[in-house]
This record gives sequence, C-alpha cells and structure tokens, in this order.
Amino acid sequence: MTDTQHFVEIRHAQKAYGDLEVLKDISLNVERGQIVAIIGPSGSGKSTLLRAINDLDALTSGEIWLDGVQVNKTLPHRQYEKHINQMRQQIGMVFQHFNLFPHLNVRDNVTMAPKLLKGISKAEADTLAEEQLAHVGMLERIDFYPSQLSGGQKQRVAIARALAMKPKLMLFDEATSALDPELVEEVNLVMKKLAEEDMTMIIVTHEMDFAASVCDRVLFMDQGVVVEEGPPEKIFRNPDKDRTREFLRKHLEGAK
Amino acid sequence: MDVDLMLRVYPYFLQAAWVTIELSVLTTILGLTCGTLGAAARLSRFRVLRIIGATYVSLIRGTPALIQLFILYFGGPQIGIQLDAFEAGVIGLGVNIGAYMTETIRGSIIAIDKGQSEAARTVGLSKMQAMRHVILPQAMRLMIRPLGVNINALIKGTALVAAISVVELTYTAQRYIGSTYRPFEMFLLSGVLYMVIIYVTGRGVAWLDRKARIV
Repeated sequence: MTDTQHFVEIRHAQKAYGDLEVLKDISLNVERGQIVAIIGPSGSGKSTLLRAINDLDALTSGEIWLDGVQVNKTLPHRQYEKHINQMRQQIGMVFQHFNLFPHLNVRDNVTMAPKLLKGISKAEADTLAEEQLAHVGMLERIDFYPSQLSGGQKQRVAIARALAMKPKLMLFDEATSALDPELVEEVNLVMKKLAEEDMTMIIVTHEMDFAASVCDRVLFMDQGVVVEEGPPEKIFRNPDKDRTREFLRKHLEGAK
Repeated sequence: MDVDLMLRVYPYFLQAAWVTIELSVLTTILGLTCGTLGAAARLSRFRVLRIIGATYVSLIRGTPALIQLFILYFGGPQIGIQLDAFEAGVIGLGVNIGAYMTETIRGSIIAIDKGQSEAARTVGLSKMQAMRHVILPQAMRLMIRPLGVNINALIKGTALVAAISVVELTYTAQRYIGSTYRPFEMFLLSGVLYMVIIYVTGRGVAWLDRKARIV
C-alpha cells in the first residue's frame, strides 16, 4: 500500500501495556508544512503518540507513514534497524529534557550525527554547525559544553542538532515544559521561526498561547483518544466537547 | 622489633613485590577483558548471552576465590588443564575479578540516562553507534572509580595465590618466617609493600578520574 495522499499519516494507532490501553485507534493526517499541536492532560497518550511517529515507542498495531514510506514496517530485525535509522534521519525530535550529549561541546553535539551518517568532512561539518547554530542564535556558544548553558540555550542547541540532519518533519515533546518561565520565550521564538520556514511540525505542548499563535490545527487528547480536533480558534474559543472545555478551564485556572 | 633483620631481608621482599605487581597487572587486564565481555553479554538482546553472563557472575561471586583457585590449580590436571602456579593465579584471579567488573561496567552503562540513547537513536544512529559515541564515553567516566575499587580488591586478593605457592609478597613473608621465626616483622614488611602498591594505584585512579571529568 503506497497510496498515501498525506505527508504524515497515522493509521489506527493502538498501543497497550498489557491491559492498559494508552492509545486507542488514533488516526491523524498532517500535510507538508502544517503545524499540529497536541494538547491534553498528562497520561492522555499525547507523548506516546508523538514517540510512536519515529518508533521510539513501538505501536501495538497501526501504521505510521511519512512522505509515502511506512515508518514502522514489519521487517526482520537487521533490516528493520537499517530502515528505521534511515527514517529517523528524516524526523527530528526535541525532548523536554534536551538530552544534549554532555561529553561533547555544542559544535560536536550538532555535527556528530551528520559526520557519522552522512560522511561529511570536517570543514563541511564546521560550516553546518555554524549555520545551524546561527539559525537558533547560539553561534557564540559553539565551543561551550552543555553544562555551561542555560535551559533555554540547551534547548536551542538541541533544536539545531535535530535540524542538522535536515529532517522533513520535526517532533517537539514538551520542548518548553522543563524551562524556567523567563526562558520559554527564546525557545518559542526559534520554533516560530521554523514555522515561518514551512517546517512540518508536530508539537506536544502545555502552552496554549503558543499553540494558538503558531499552529494550523490543535488536537485535544484524553485517555488515549483524540477527543476533538480543529483550528486553534475553534478549539480554544469554542470547543464542541465538554471534556475539552473542562480541560481548558482547569488549565487556565492552573496558569493563574 | 628487629629492624636490622627487616633491612636485611628487604631486597627479597622487593623482588616479591614485583611478582605481586605483575600478578596485579595481568589480572587487571584479564579482569577488564572478562568484565567487558560479561557486561556485553548481560546487556545483549539475545537471551542465551544474557543467561551466560548472569551465570558467570553468580557462579563466581557465589563461591570463595580460594576455592576457585584450588579447583583450577589442583583440580585442573584431573580434567586436562595443566597450569603452573603463576598462570593459574592470573587466570583464577582474573576470571574472578572479571565477574565483579562485569557488574561495575554494566552498572555504569545502565546508569546513563535513557534520554541519551533516545537522542542518539532519534538522529538516526544505530544501536552500536549510540553505544560507542554516546553511551560508552559517558559510562567510562562513571566506571573509573568503581573499577578502581575492584582493582584495589584484586591487588589485596593476589595474596590468595600464596596458597598455591606463587612466590609473591605473602608467600615470601611465610617463607622468611620459616627461617627467622619473626612473623611480626615479616608480615609487617609485606603489609607495608602492599600499602605502597595500593596507594600508588589509588593515586593513579584518582588522576584518571580527574582527567576524564567533563567540564
């Protein structure tokens, strides 16, 4: 089956840990250049869904497609490893806790994967690092180590590291949740910039304002299902479902 | 305390100390080899290897090192393994400390935050590449000190091979006691030399640990 009309397709994603179903038959399409936010209470399955897209958490059943290729193909172990490594090179991911490599400086964090996987020269790697770091405003910290950076700076480097592989799709797993409030904005600005450059992004977030301002579509998930989805104006201002309304009300109260 | 006597026999103890150092170095090399293989087995995705690794560790740690040495040296010939005392000492102690090192190495590897391998895998690195370029460089820093503790135990453990008559520090002390009847001086002398070896090794480990620290 290669009849994908959509850039990213999630077909009947289901995941269970024993009896506990964390994703219940979720289907989702994302078009090239679209930005989709996934919101919902913790334990709703939103991170699991995001992590299923690059097979960091394998689905129990269902299919993930990216640009006409199935990500989670059934293949013998060795072949699958090769295939998934190929696919992951096209899918950038940014984590809540940055997960920078502490033993490498900023430059090497950014260039390690391209050097290993694309066999680029040292000079090309340096140019690439400079480009990507300039893009996230971190060029002047190129020789620093992660421990010498603030949270916001770490996250910007992590974004540059993901972008250095020139991915087709970027996944953000609560990229600003671990940051001090005053550092959130600098990361949001970088994400906005990516959005303006037409990067396709799927964003799991708790930041409703940010989701409202950059996303084309918002998905509200609860208990392993997509309760409601639509454009941000609709979801945030006038949701159809009580559960969505309830969540947003609680969230607003929490923010105050 | 007969200091004169101690000064007279001292050169022979120095020679014996060299044997202890040789034993320690060779045992460390063999132990690190066994430990690396053991840890790789215990972390393998193949069940059979995991079982082999776990069995090795529990057999070795579950029995006295002295019994292991005796089985190898005295029992060996019965099943066709002919080793001289020194060889049996190195192999016996090396395989023994290797089991402890297996756990040290494995522990340091699994102590690395899961996010590290996830980050490495999401940029497209293979499992092996992630291990080699991301996990091990960090784990190796973590394992320097605990491996130092293993090596410290191993150096003192070399005293056991006196029981299979390898002429190292402890055996030499016993031999000189036989001719001088001065156990206090002889054991003191060997004890001091053990301490010197341990002290120097400890400083070496501390130096390595400092060198390896990330900014």
